[in-house]
Amino acid sequence: MKYNSQMVAKNYFIFALVLLAGEILFGLILGTQYIAGDFLFPEIPFNVARMVHTNLLIVLILFGFMGATYYLVPEESERELWSPWLAKLTFWIFAVAGVVTILGYLFVPYATLAEITYNNLLPTMGREFLEQPTIIKIGIVIVALAFVLNVGMTILTGRKTVISVVLLTGLIGLAVFFLFAFYVPDNLVLDKFFWWYVVHLWVEGVWELIMGAILAFVLIKVTGVDREHIDKWLYLIIAMTLISGIVGTGHHFFYIGTPSYWLWIGSIASAVEPLPFFLMILYAWNMAAQRRIDHDNKMALTWAKGTAVMAFLGAGVLGFLHTLAPVNFFTHGTQLTAAHGHLSFFGAYIMILFTIISYAMPIMRGRPNGNGLKAQAVELKSFWMMVIGMLGVTSALVIAGAMQVFIQRMAGADSLSFMDTQAEIVPVYMVRLAFGILTLLGLLTYFYSFFVKEEAA
Amino acid sequence: MSERITKNMARNIYLGGAAFAILIFAGLTLDTVQRVPELSHSEKITESVAEGKNLWEVNNCVGCHTIMGEGAYYAPELANVFDRRGMKDEAAFKVYLQGWMAAQPMQEPGRRKMPQFNLSEEQVNNLADFLIWTSRIDDHEWPPNIEG
Repeated sequence: MKYNSQMVAKNYFIFALVLLAGEILFGLILGTQYIAGDFLFPEIPFNVARMVHTNLLIVLILFGFMGATYYLVPEESERELWSPWLAKLTFWIFAVAGVVTILGYLFVPYATLAEITYNNLLPTMGREFLEQPTIIKIGIVIVALAFVLNVGMTILTGRKTVISVVLLTGLIGLAVFFLFAFYVPDNLVLDKFFWWYVVHLWVEGVWELIMGAILAFVLIKVTGVDREHIDKWLYLIIAMTLISGIVGTGHHFFYIGTPSYWLWIGSIASAVEPLPFFLMILYAWNMAAQRRIDHDNKMALTWAKGTAVMAFLGAGVLGFLHTLAPVNFFTHGTQLTAAHGHLSFFGAYIMILFTIISYAMPIMRGRPNGNGLKAQAVELKSFWMMVIGMLGVTSALVIAGAMQVFIQRMAGADSLSFMDTQAEIVPVYMVRLAFGILTLLGLLTYFYSFFVKEEAA
Repeated sequence: MSERITKNMARNIYLGGAAFAILIFAGLTLDTVQRVPELSHSEKITESVAEGKNLWEVNNCVGCHTIMGEGAYYAPELANVFDRRGMKDEAAFKVYLQGWMAAQPMQEPGRRKMPQFNLSEEQVNNLADFLIWTSRIDDHEWPPNIEG
């Protein structure tokens, strides 16, 4: 580690990993409720467990992005963080706000939560992924501003690299697009339209810039490939991301009351969206092939390759599967969407966090050459458990979605109702739950790899 | 990737491409915002419809149901529930919804559970008005059939 202030990243990474365990645990609760509808009712109704599941995911990714940023920006900028103190303070503010929000979801009825947080003054609650009370949303904006200020000052007063500028662009975009979370018009169509400005332009827009920058940083460190070369690839990837991803928002505007031109504009633009992810695969493999150093931390490169492949499968392949309007007419709002969502979030955003954590954590723990062989062997096992677990979960969801399409929507007069269709799918949901358990075991194995003792060399 | 592409060319593709995409998207957004009122019959958003939408939100209905295909996939689609359960008769639908909301949670073992939200009669009518308005949005004839 070159700069002391990089150390602030450690808490962010640890907290992100703890939240990830909670996120998967609530995923298992939801998976069980899909099979036994009265599981944990009325203590934890499905909608509450789902809020906890999705909000933990978003918050843990934000913690991970912040940790990654605090780790790589000083090294890229060749100076200490502008304010390590501010970075530590925002960690605690964000962590406490996050925990309070989750506890609020779990222990206070949602309508009461809305009432006691004065949602009526500026109603923003009750929309998917943006369920946080308005006051918490305002807190998120303040934390984001402090974070962008800290990072921006560090970058602007230090060495400016392509990686750090792309990262900063992504982070500013993240903060700016979040502001649409405060716009909740009475017209449901407009509400949905601008809701996607947060959700889609985050995950299929600016977050990909952040992911690209983190991937580029780790690839430089573990392959030693010339920075010029890495930068060129990064530019091409994010160019394809934004060219396809921004207008590709249109693939959400097919059947929500928006004009019909979105049917073909959204289809065409989003058909290109797999391309940047395919470039990422070529990128990771090419850089690995051209590497000039053989870093002892093999796992960091394994995660880097893994995130490229799994993001391509989840965001690229599973996304393309139902992104064309005539197909989406039948798949919209089925488990296929859930399959795509799960594999793309895991492949792109959870695995990029594993990439940077697996690279940076050993260094912050005094092992500049990565963990020992035994710990890396355990970590490799956890890699495959989680990858196979998530591939199993999402394959099951693809089958579930296909069943919904054929049994509920395309069977003519014999079409079953929603609830009857769900009953038919229960065996598939059991398979999904089993693979979900494998994923959690994989994460626990990953945690264990931190504590593997090495014999003194 | 071809060695003929230089870093500067790549950067220009990024900046130019992004600017181009943002301009197109901004233009389409402006047009969409102007056309949504007609497609959604926004003149029919009464106070009751708006209050129904607020109730939809503060009770986190979207945490289980979909509405025009968006939301959770645990409970039935509700953008067309007026067509499905109300037989397109507003008064009948309100009677149905009052009964439905009062009956929750149903005691059938193993069945997915809808919580009791303790809404007043007026609030349930607001919710019904919101769902009736939603069912009339021009969403290109989605969903494919009445089952949602």
